[in-house]
Amino acid sequence: MSLGPEASVTDETSAPTADAAEVRGPAEKAIAGRSLKQIAWRRLKKDKVAVGGGIVVLLLIVVAILAPLLTKLFGHPIDEYHIDQIDPTFGTPIKPWGGISSDFIFGVEPTSGRDVFSRVVYGAQTSLTVAFLSAFVSTILGVIFGTAAGFLGGWIDSMISRVMDLLLAFPQLLFSIALVSVLPYSILGLDGRWSRILVLVGVIGFFGWPYIGRIVRGQTLSLREREFVEAARSMGARSPRILFRELLPNLAAPILVYTTLIIPTNILTEAALSFLGVGIPPPNPSWGGMLSDAISTYQTDPMYMIIPGGMIFITVLAFNLFGDGLRDALDPKAR
Amino acid sequence: MSENLLEVTGLQKHFPITKGLFKRQVGAVRAVDGIDLNVVAGETLGVVGESGCGKSTAGRLFTRILEPTGGKIVFEGEDITHKSVTQMRPLRRDVQMIFQDPYSSLNPRHTIGTIISAPLQIQKIPTPQGLKKAVQELLELVGLNPEHYNRYPHEFSGGQRQRIGIARALALRPKLIIADEPVSALDVSIQAQVVNLLEDLQSEFDLTYVFIAHDLSVVRHISDRVAVMYLGKVMEIAHRDDLYKNPRHPYTVALMSAVPVPDPVRRDSAQRGRVLLTGDVPSPINPPSGCRFRTRCWKAQDICATEEPPLVQRLDDPDSHLTACHFPVVDDEAVAGRAPAATPA
Repeated sequence: MSLGPEASVTDETSAPTADAAEVRGPAEKAIAGRSLKQIAWRRLKKDKVAVGGGIVVLLLIVVAILAPLLTKLFGHPIDEYHIDQIDPTFGTPIKPWGGISSDFIFGVEPTSGRDVFSRVVYGAQTSLTVAFLSAFVSTILGVIFGTAAGFLGGWIDSMISRVMDLLLAFPQLLFSIALVSVLPYSILGLDGRWSRILVLVGVIGFFGWPYIGRIVRGQTLSLREREFVEAARSMGARSPRILFRELLPNLAAPILVYTTLIIPTNILTEAALSFLGVGIPPPNPSWGGMLSDAISTYQTDPMYMIIPGGMIFITVLAFNLFGDGLRDALDPKAR
Repeated sequence: MSENLLEVTGLQKHFPITKGLFKRQVGAVRAVDGIDLNVVAGETLGVVGESGCGKSTAGRLFTRILEPTGGKIVFEGEDITHKSVTQMRPLRRDVQMIFQDPYSSLNPRHTIGTIISAPLQIQKIPTPQGLKKAVQELLELVGLNPEHYNRYPHEFSGGQRQRIGIARALALRPKLIIADEPVSALDVSIQAQVVNLLEDLQSEFDLTYVFIAHDLSVVRHISDRVAVMYLGKVMEIAHRDDLYKNPRHPYTVALMSAVPVPDPVRRDSAQRGRVLLTGDVPSPINPPSGCRFRTRCWKAQDICATEEPPLVQRLDDPDSHLTACHFPVVDDEAVAGRAPAATPA
């Protein structure tokens, strides 16, 4: 047996970077290899901007989940009118800065006097639910059709690709407005808010999948030609095994990155639809709807516009920064 | 020697060129266009030729990763030309492949253990000593540290990765291994180690190799017999020394003269004997009529354009071997890229 010189070097080559050596503990632990996942996680932790974005995202998710509790602790019910906080002649909050006080930490709504904090918190719930669920729908559809197109090729590929082109060229906003305005107030026995969330998830999710689908198709096409796929085939592997064991693990990174990056787009789309009056029906709060309401009073009460606008801004920015950091961590070559 | 392990007759692989929305076929790349050869059990058959001559495609046809367009492949007396994926599965144990690129032939998301145990799992081969132990034995066999079984491919060098590829091919204890340029992506010093490893394994497990390469000296080192390919066809097959000492086909002569000579004293004389071919390799989409090589051959005559020379041993030349040429080169003939020699052999 020829044990070449390179075989003896293995123990040195196992620690290519300085930080790899420092995490290496006892001798028998040193043998365990680090997967690409662990390396990416290490890299992500070093990226301060991405970590910051990730923390904000986590915070927003916690806020959305705990919305009822937060409202009870720090605010007032979303549809409770506080006329006493409103100047009866101008309809604006009596207190300065949009009526911010220890009782109403984000101020009150002009005319009605509803608590802005509660509405922002519930708006976060709406926005994030729609954004996450529609991103999930897009990802599932995108991965199924993208891998099918890339892996099977031929006429299936041409058909799926044409459908994707069609959807990308489709006027999504106009379609959503038309669709939402003809749908009944309540579907599947859900109340107005959740039935509308469902419709928004369906529409945004459906129009979003070609973005993921194209990327997955492209990646599948390039991976399919790699020699490890041929190797699996030469061992007698069936197509499902090649797809799920060989290809999908390699697709996980781009799928994760692009899912994170379509979430902010979805938040913006939801806000735009609510702004145009086809999103969440009143009196249920949503950021886009609040912005739309604020248009009539922005000269006298700018805080009412700044707060939901700022929330949208912070959320979208946090998701984008986190998504970019994730992409850099998972694929440093793509920079 | 003993019987033929692999017999190939008239093997063809044409890749269709399609155009337009409805994928109308407008032509075909004739990557492999009718090759005849056989591989004897226990030997190493080297396959050489320049880039794009169809060596790799031929290798993939032998392992039936690709479906042949025409011809016949017989493995151990069994016709495997058009066996389906399911029918091929049991035969996969006997024919395995080593790939050229050690970076793309290992899935970056799998550990070495997963990669090497994959063939055992796919073929559902029982491992009495346990899968982990089986993998470690294989790692030891190819000269790697068995403790590395849960490392990832990116933690290894090119030579080590190629050893992993060899361990994976060996896992099923195959009879025939198709090695598709197994060392051409490696440094010269590592090449020697991998080639020696392949030779050691051959004697240990009675392996038969089809060794595809473009490096003539590597092929000369490892092969028993050598086949020279040009534009999807076999031009000449002979025993190693026979081929390297008495090349009969003009293309082989040109190929041999292109081997760099490391010795500067001998280099001068070698330079004088250098055969310079003019022009490029013709397109495999539209290969020349008759003999494929006639467009660049200094011995070409009218018959070369009309009649395709069969791969035969010529009766009028007792020292000859299988050559596909109307006018084979004889030993002391004045060759080189000098004035075309008009006299047929």
